[in-house]
Amino acid sequence: MILNQLAKSFHIARKDIRAYYLKPPLITWGLMFPAVIILAMYLKDPQGIQRIAPGLIAMTLLFGNTSMAAIVVTFEKRIGALERLLLAPVSRPALIGGKVMSAAAFGLLTSTIISIGYIVIFKHMPLRPGLLALTLLLGSVLFASLGTFISLAVKEVFEAMTVCNYVRFPLIFVSGVFTSIKVLPRPLLPIAYISPLSYAVDGVRQSFAGEGGIFPIYLDLILLALYGCLFFVLAVWGLKRRIQKEY
Amino acid sequence: MTSVGKEEWAIVVSGLTKHYGEVVAVDEVSFKVPQGEIFALLGPNGAGKTTTIRMLVGLSCPTAGDAQVAGFGIGADLVRLKETVGVVPETSNLYEELTLLQNLIFMAELYGVPRGERRGRAERLLAEFGLLDMRETIFRNLSRGFKRRLTIAAALIHSPQVLFLDEPTLGLDVMAARNLREMIRELNRDGTTVFLTTHNIPEAEALANRVGIIVKGRLIALESPEALRLKAQAATIIELNLERLPEPVIEDFSALPFVSQAYKEGDSRLRVVLEEVTSPAREAPAGPAGIYEVIQLAQSKGLRIRSLSTIRPTLEDAFVQLTGVEAEVMRMDKVSSPGARPGSSGGGD
Repeated sequence: MILNQLAKSFHIARKDIRAYYLKPPLITWGLMFPAVIILAMYLKDPQGIQRIAPGLIAMTLLFGNTSMAAIVVTFEKRIGALERLLLAPVSRPALIGGKVMSAAAFGLLTSTIISIGYIVIFKHMPLRPGLLALTLLLGSVLFASLGTFISLAVKEVFEAMTVCNYVRFPLIFVSGVFTSIKVLPRPLLPIAYISPLSYAVDGVRQSFAGEGGIFPIYLDLILLALYGCLFFVLAVWGLKRRIQKEY
Repeated sequence: MTSVGKEEWAIVVSGLTKHYGEVVAVDEVSFKVPQGEIFALLGPNGAGKTTTIRMLVGLSCPTAGDAQVAGFGIGADLVRLKETVGVVPETSNLYEELTLLQNLIFMAELYGVPRGERRGRAERLLAEFGLLDMRETIFRNLSRGFKRRLTIAAALIHSPQVLFLDEPTLGLDVMAARNLREMIRELNRDGTTVFLTTHNIPEAEALANRVGIIVKGRLIALESPEALRLKAQAATIIELNLERLPEPVIEDFSALPFVSQAYKEGDSRLRVVLEEVTSPAREAPAGPAGIYEVIQLAQSKGLRIRSLSTIRPTLEDAFVQLTGVEAEVMRMDKVSSPGARPGSSGGGD
């Protein structure tokens, strides 16, 4: 039964990738946005790029995954295609699993391409490439779940984007993307520790530097996984609530 | 299937009720649909047809009551229930960006059709529905009629025991609607139980073995179209084709003592239902003498009669008599209103 539902998640994810994610505008957006920011940062401060690039890669995960999940789910809700999935013999966790899987695959792909581009162009090899891959994977699932959860709480694509931005921009500010958490004002520290992006940034940074993170690496990975599970469960609950409200 | 005595029931509904806050969308509806039947739920917009279907296919949770579809309770194992039914929603909501073939194969995947059979079944259905030449066409580029066909094909990919169709011909041109009705008949001939909702009275009459009439959430009649017509035949209906028909005078006709109902049909036709049996309590006679009274009233109101005829009651007449909802209202319903109900984004009723 579980394997059967898992297979359906996979089919949903593959359909989403085929129908939405492989479109040139989305791929371009997913790659251009972070690439331009990294290049802009390099032009501003060539020496500081190694310090800031890990944060930007983590930020790519946050933006790419939340946006794509939110757009796709909200769009399908609006045109009635989500109802098609609700009518099918697919459990709610399997449906959300499919949505998260496709958005996470897109985020993982774009962040991997950006990471490889960065490594090749700036000749900055990660000292722990396996850790980088694991951090990107966990971060993708986490932020795809977050985007899916947000999209189920709103009706329109623009609302999803607005809510996403309310969440994303403060997170970027407090999660050590541009400046280390260590230099944050004391009152902001609790928010930095709550922010899942802090652990993604720290994980990517430690993957390149090999050490010197704010948190122990195992803590980064565990918290990324736990946050991923939390937002996944919240998204499943959000779907249940949405069905009760609409039907 | 639920077996009761010798009969096998495809659908058993018992006291099904749905509230949206204060609004009662479906009110203690009970009925049974035997296996192999075409059952039509007929009613105006907002009657509770779509809500009933949504509960029966496990999309919406009833406030009270219970139902079994193909032997599965709607409150129990929803995944199993959904595996045995096919649903054609009011909107043709397949995936706009996928081709026809990709859409059907995706549906086959969702419904657990074995991998080796998916493509074959999809192509067979495309051929049956006259869409094989268009299999690589993107769904978005299809006409409304073809979209509807594919949506029905998608609902059949797993060979469901029961097929639910919500307003199947809504928005289709005459030819496409006719073709679709023929397809529904063929599916039924092949053994599929068909449950459809419609606000289109001739459609229910043409397709269904039995018709349930639902108004304001309540099931007020459940008979074969013929039996419903016979109910209406207990009365004589005369139709006056007038030069013009001001709305207020309809009430004057309704007020005649031997008239049970008067209603507008089309722009300038008036249908008057005369009671067949002359009651001693009533002074005016029904039948031919009643016709004379009707003509006199029309003349006294200055209405010019182009023609007059007695008509054989149709299901439409039976519907009007039973519900008080005018057929014209039914025809306009889905055209003028998408049928939103509280909390709905979909436009059902």
